[in-house]
Amino acid sequence: MAVAEAIVANDQDTGESELARSLARTWNQPKGVWGWFCNTHHTDIGIRFMVTAFIFLLFGGVLAVLIRLQLIRPENSLIGPDLYNQIFTMHGSTMIFLFAVPMMFQGFGVYIVPLMCGARNIAFPRLNAFSYYLYVGGALVLWGGFLTNTGPDVGWFAYVPLSGPQYSPGHRADIWSQMITFTEVSALGVAICIATTILRHRAPGMTLNRMPILLWEKLTISIAVIFAMPAVMIASGLLLLDRLVGTHFFNPAEGGDVLLYQHLFWFFGHPEVYIIFLPGAAIISTLVECFSRRRIIGYTPIVVSVVATGFLGFSVWVHHMFATGLPQLSESFFTAASLMIVIPTGVQFFCWVATIWNGKLQFRLPMLWCFGFFFVFLIGGLSGVMLASVPIDLQVHDTYFVVAHFHYVLIGGALFPMFAGIYFWFPKITGRMANATLGKWHFWLFFIGFNITFFTLHFLGLRGMPRRVYTYGPDMHWQGLNMLASSGVVFMTAGLLVFLINVFRSVRVGELAGNNPWGDAGLEWSMSSPPPPYNFLHIPTVSGRDPLWEDPPNQPVVVGLRDDIRETLVTHSLDADPQHKDEDPGPSIWPFLSAVTVSAAFVGSIFTPWAVPIGAPPVIATLIGWLWPRGQSPTPRPVGESWVR
Amino acid sequence: MNSARHLAAYLAVQAKVLDPGPHSVLHSAAPQAGHIEWLYWFTFWILFAVFVLMIVAFTRASAKARVVASHPLPVIEKDEAGDRRAGWAVGTAIGITVIALFVILVVSVITGKRVEGLTSKNPVTIQITGHQWWWEVTYPNSQADQTVTTANEIHVPVGTPVVVLTNSKDVIHSFWAPSITGKRDLLPGYSSAFWFEIDKAGIYHGQCAEFCGLQHAHMGFSITAESVNEFEAWQQQQLKPAAEPSSSDAIRGREVFLTHTCLMCHTIRGTDAGSHLGPDLTHVASRKMIAAETLPNTAGALAGWVVDPQRIKPGTQMSPNPLAPDDLQAVVAYLQSLH
Amino acid sequence: MKHRSLPLVFLLGGIAVLGSCSRENRILRQPPPANDTLNTIQISGLNPGANLIPTPPNSNMYQESAYAVSEGQKLYEEYNCVGCHAHGGGGIGPPLMDRNWIYGSEPGNVFATIMQGRPNGMPSFRNRIPEYQAWEIAAYVRSMAGLLPKGVSPNRTDQMNIKPAESSTPEQVPTGITGVPGQPK
Repeated sequence: MAVAEAIVANDQDTGESELARSLARTWNQPKGVWGWFCNTHHTDIGIRFMVTAFIFLLFGGVLAVLIRLQLIRPENSLIGPDLYNQIFTMHGSTMIFLFAVPMMFQGFGVYIVPLMCGARNIAFPRLNAFSYYLYVGGALVLWGGFLTNTGPDVGWFAYVPLSGPQYSPGHRADIWSQMITFTEVSALGVAICIATTILRHRAPGMTLNRMPILLWEKLTISIAVIFAMPAVMIASGLLLLDRLVGTHFFNPAEGGDVLLYQHLFWFFGHPEVYIIFLPGAAIISTLVECFSRRRIIGYTPIVVSVVATGFLGFSVWVHHMFATGLPQLSESFFTAASLMIVIPTGVQFFCWVATIWNGKLQFRLPMLWCFGFFFVFLIGGLSGVMLASVPIDLQVHDTYFVVAHFHYVLIGGALFPMFAGIYFWFPKITGRMANATLGKWHFWLFFIGFNITFFTLHFLGLRGMPRRVYTYGPDMHWQGLNMLASSGVVFMTAGLLVFLINVFRSVRVGELAGNNPWGDAGLEWSMSSPPPPYNFLHIPTVSGRDPLWEDPPNQPVVVGLRDDIRETLVTHSLDADPQHKDEDPGPSIWPFLSAVTVSAAFVGSIFTPWAVPIGAPPVIATLIGWLWPRGQSPTPRPVGESWVR
Repeated sequence: MNSARHLAAYLAVQAKVLDPGPHSVLHSAAPQAGHIEWLYWFTFWILFAVFVLMIVAFTRASAKARVVASHPLPVIEKDEAGDRRAGWAVGTAIGITVIALFVILVVSVITGKRVEGLTSKNPVTIQITGHQWWWEVTYPNSQADQTVTTANEIHVPVGTPVVVLTNSKDVIHSFWAPSITGKRDLLPGYSSAFWFEIDKAGIYHGQCAEFCGLQHAHMGFSITAESVNEFEAWQQQQLKPAAEPSSSDAIRGREVFLTHTCLMCHTIRGTDAGSHLGPDLTHVASRKMIAAETLPNTAGALAGWVVDPQRIKPGTQMSPNPLAPDDLQAVVAYLQSLH
Repeated sequence: MKHRSLPLVFLLGGIAVLGSCSRENRILRQPPPANDTLNTIQISGLNPGANLIPTPPNSNMYQESAYAVSEGQKLYEEYNCVGCHAHGGGGIGPPLMDRNWIYGSEPGNVFATIMQGRPNGMPSFRNRIPEYQAWEIAAYVRSMAGLLPKGVSPNRTDQMNIKPAESSTPEQVPTGITGVPGQPK
């Protein structure tokens, strides 16, 4: 409420302040512990997603430190094979499923998409909240398992038959597959929310060809998620059936197929890489435009590239399986496809260079991270070109060369843009600027440490060190490089600590940011920081790609939305013409309760099939509570009345 | 004096850093790995040029028009000449990218064909079966008594094409000797074949490359390339049944071997031990290493391995054998007599 | 913001305090075999005089670990127990899927049967296999009769499976009812 009052105090127009007060009352989210679980507003859920995902980044980082400690010298006995296998599996699974996707796709998307669209809330806010709780459920299952010696130990990809019933006794692999189910249902839920928000809740005037690039990327990813996640859920579901019910999907002796699992897994696994990378590229596009102080060059080619990446991402999965001995012709096809996907990424790089070249670059902190991204991701992308070639891949596949490659791509493509984005949107999220000096320390420590660790791994891979080995012999000539690689961890850890100090400090005593500290063009900078619970006092309209730069002062706004109930505007999916009004369902405890019952059924099914019939009634009951008709429908509009004024 | 020795030792270790070691991808000993090494460097230099160009472009772009003022107004007016120049530049860059990628694709496919193209009517055939965590190696022959069976140490003649038939007993393994050729997964339920040929005599190291459980790290093998005569001599030697022990220690060792847990898993042809769960030990003394290239084949290492293999490879299928000291000595003596 | 993460930390910490789960324990390095395990195992309830023979040593370590039972399953195949007992259905030897076991169904009884051998064909594996493997096989054999919790009983193998997995073996009539051994389906 303090926020709303501050806005009111600044507002000269009494009518406007009356409206703000009324909207704040209507859109207010309940307070207290109970209220915390009822909250369905996208900024709150988005922040929760991001904070939780960041905690898991730290957890995964601790595991990474343990891995580097174990490998620091040959025949190290710090960690035995049993624990080491759990640790590297947990590291991969945590970073991919509990950090990268929830942070880059879910958290960031849920926070920023409605603000960029000019909407008061995300579409299906309860589904959105449900997705968050389900994600937390999956995370707790995985880490609860790990802390009770039930951490999965079969790799983050869990290839059969190693993860099958015979070679993975106990419930370790079950925990992994059920965690997949949790996080993928969560990602699917958010994908539906984000795609619907983008397609149906854009501000009038924001036609498809005026949509910010970031929204294009979010839309592409959402659709990619909707197609990719079912594949891995089938894979992990069949694996669970094999393990718990005794089916034979992957039993070679009874006609099952171990390669089928790999196809299903990588049909998801490769698009997953783009699901993680595209949000990063979207952040970079936004920042390059803002700090070059000019429109981005090549809007259309970039958008085409983004959509093409989303499609092509589905046609390259076999390059993870070159060593399985597929026919040469099909391998050549997938080499070509894998090389082709370089082109859209190249287009984006060239457009960024051109924009910077023709613009007036402001070298501020987020831009420093952008340049970190350019350097790191470039190396990762180029080593990816090598891996697309079948003969080279056959040599370096499953070695530390690949480990180096995908850390360059994923840390370069997700973590560097993430930090750029955090520093960029930090004032919007918290209302205060992050400290730039600490931010620079953070950058240089992290950048140097990262390159020490991971550039070295290329050479280890070329010297033939396979992945996922818990130790190695002294005569393999790997120890010096491993020692060097491990030393970089110190810098990265220090960098992350500086970042944490910066965040905790800046949230309290940072310089007040104001609405638009960077002078950016996006709609999210038009309201106060942090955004009020209703986001926009008036739903805006836009007349160009860069609203805050281009729109005239008398740009019309949407009228006719009631301020005493949570009315939202639904627009046409192509040209964003207003079509009708909808009502936001508002805060509710039911998404949380549903997530709890669903989680209970999921987890219980690991231990007994009875969990399915016993767990179903509570799930149904909570769903009934969730979907119980409230008997309110939006007030119909008089025909012919204008939507904007 | 002491510090000088330390310094020398330190320098020796540092010099080792520059030596790529026995498992290097860029240290080919066979035509196939040579082709791949060439392709690697070909691709590397193209990509290195791209890298340099991109870094130069970013540096020039950011150095060109830097402004220090904190909030200059954004440039909204159309700069048509600039945009046109940018369009040409981006278009050219994309064109160069496409050409470079196409060249890499063509060269890669051609190299792939050269690597895969090795074939022969009269090859040496080797059947390799992956086990958790060792390699079973057989040289199949239509006559059963002419089939050589050994483990982890593969012998091939120099300059003769070798066809490897792959299979796995349990989980997925991957057969990889970097200085010979690329890797190939051993998939349970699938049998596949690949070829290689070695030019230079020598011993080449290899290791499992697909994560296969607890002891994935200790699943090595070696390929010994030798002249055709040496190879045939080796094969004839391997075909013989186990040597009769001569020393009293070794005779007693055979006794112990056949009355204890050893015979439940291992084969020694010519004795009662005939189980195929573990490696064939008929000529174990002819191998240079034991436990899938984990330990040297010495008396001490053998004894340590027999008594407590779980200390060396935790999780290995070999069970500990708490033998009495003299029994242990006898078994080791027997195993060392099996040339 | 930060206080929101506290419940999570407490929850994870709490789970850790609950301790590790014996079902998931993987005993890779076996403890040295106990001296004279066999002589302390009671084969029948009949004793001369008072019950002076100590109860069998506790083999819970193997009975409670899914890994050990799974190892037992593997060894059961590898040591060719299948040759006589088939996959629990019996053949030359008696079936193992029921609980009508002549020499008792306690872990120690099964262990003794394996190690000592029994009349009419069951060979003695003493000195042939290490004791811990006999315990693992005993644990697996008991799982075939549904005597182990489902959580540790192995599921199907990657071979041809001609019987239901041990973890889905139905609970059977309690022992004590002697009579015809159960017919395998």
